[in-house]
Amino acid sequence: MLSAIPADWLWGLAGGLLIGLGGAVYLLANGRIMGASGIIGGLVDRSGWSTWAERVVFLTGVFVLPILLLPLTGPVDTHITDNWIVIIAAGLLVGIGTRLANGCTSGHGVCGISRLSLRGMVATVFYIMAGGLTVILFRHILGVI
Amino acid sequence: MRLFYAFIAGGLFGTGLFLSGMTDTSKVQGWLDIFGNWDPTLAFVMGGAIIPMAIAWLLVPGRKPLAGGEFPAPPAPRLGRNLVLGSILFGAGWGLAGLCPGPSIASLSYGGAGHWVFVAAMIAGMAVAPGVRVTLDRAVPAE
Repeated sequence: MLSAIPADWLWGLAGGLLIGLGGAVYLLANGRIMGASGIIGGLVDRSGWSTWAERVVFLTGVFVLPILLLPLTGPVDTHITDNWIVIIAAGLLVGIGTRLANGCTSGHGVCGISRLSLRGMVATVFYIMAGGLTVILFRHILGVI
Repeated sequence: MRLFYAFIAGGLFGTGLFLSGMTDTSKVQGWLDIFGNWDPTLAFVMGGAIIPMAIAWLLVPGRKPLAGGEFPAPPAPRLGRNLVLGSILFGAGWGLAGLCPGPSIASLSYGGAGHWVFVAAMIAGMAVAPGVRVTLDRAVPAE
C-alpha cells in the first residue's frame, strides 16, 4: 500500500514528525517556542540577548545535522535561483516580514496552529496566500523565477 | 542541560528539514504554485510537524519545563496590522526564493553561495525590522 504513495510525501511526513518532535523538546524541556525567525531575530536585534547561548546552540544543531546526514544521502540540489536580485529581495522580505509578524513557518505555522492560536492561523493564511500569488506573478506572468 | 536540550531540538529540526525536502526551494515553490505542477509534499511536512507539537501543548498545563522556568503564556489573540502586513511580506519573500528562516540555516552547508546571500539579506532585514516597525507605528498607529 505504501508503494502507492510517492516517496517524497513519506519523507515529508517523516521529516515533519521530526520537526514537530524538535519543537516538542524545545517546549517541554526549555519552555521555549521553536520559531526559527524569533530565535535568529532575537540575536540580530539583541532583543533575545539574555538567552543567546541557547539560541546559538539550537541554530548550531540545525546547521550541523544536515552535514552529518549528507554522506548518507548523497549531494542535494536545492534548486535555488541564480538571480541574485531575487535572492537578496527575498531575504530582505523574509527578514523584515517575519520580525514584523513575530513568526514564520515554524513559529506561527507549526507551533501556533498546533495550539490553535488564532494569530498563528491568520499569519499562516496570509503568508501562504502571499507566497502563492508571488509564485504566480513572478513565475507565470513575469517569468523571473 | 538547557544547552543540551537546545542542541537536541535544533538537531531534530535540522534533520527534519533536511529529510523532508524542505530545503529544496523547488519543492516549496512547487507547493505554492497551484497553477503549475503542484507538489503536495509541504502539506505532509506541516501535518507531520503539527502532530507531536499538538501533543506537547496538551502536556503543558499543570507542568513546568524540564530545565526549569515557566512555559510561555498564551499570546493575546490580537490580530494587528503588523501580523498581517509582516506575514504578507514574509510570504512574498518565501515565494520568491522558496526559503524560510529554518530551512535557510539547515541548507547553508550544502546549498551554495545563494543560500549564504539569502541568509545575509535575511539578517539585514531582521536588523532593520525594529526600525520599520517604529516607523510604521508612527505613521499609522495600529496595534
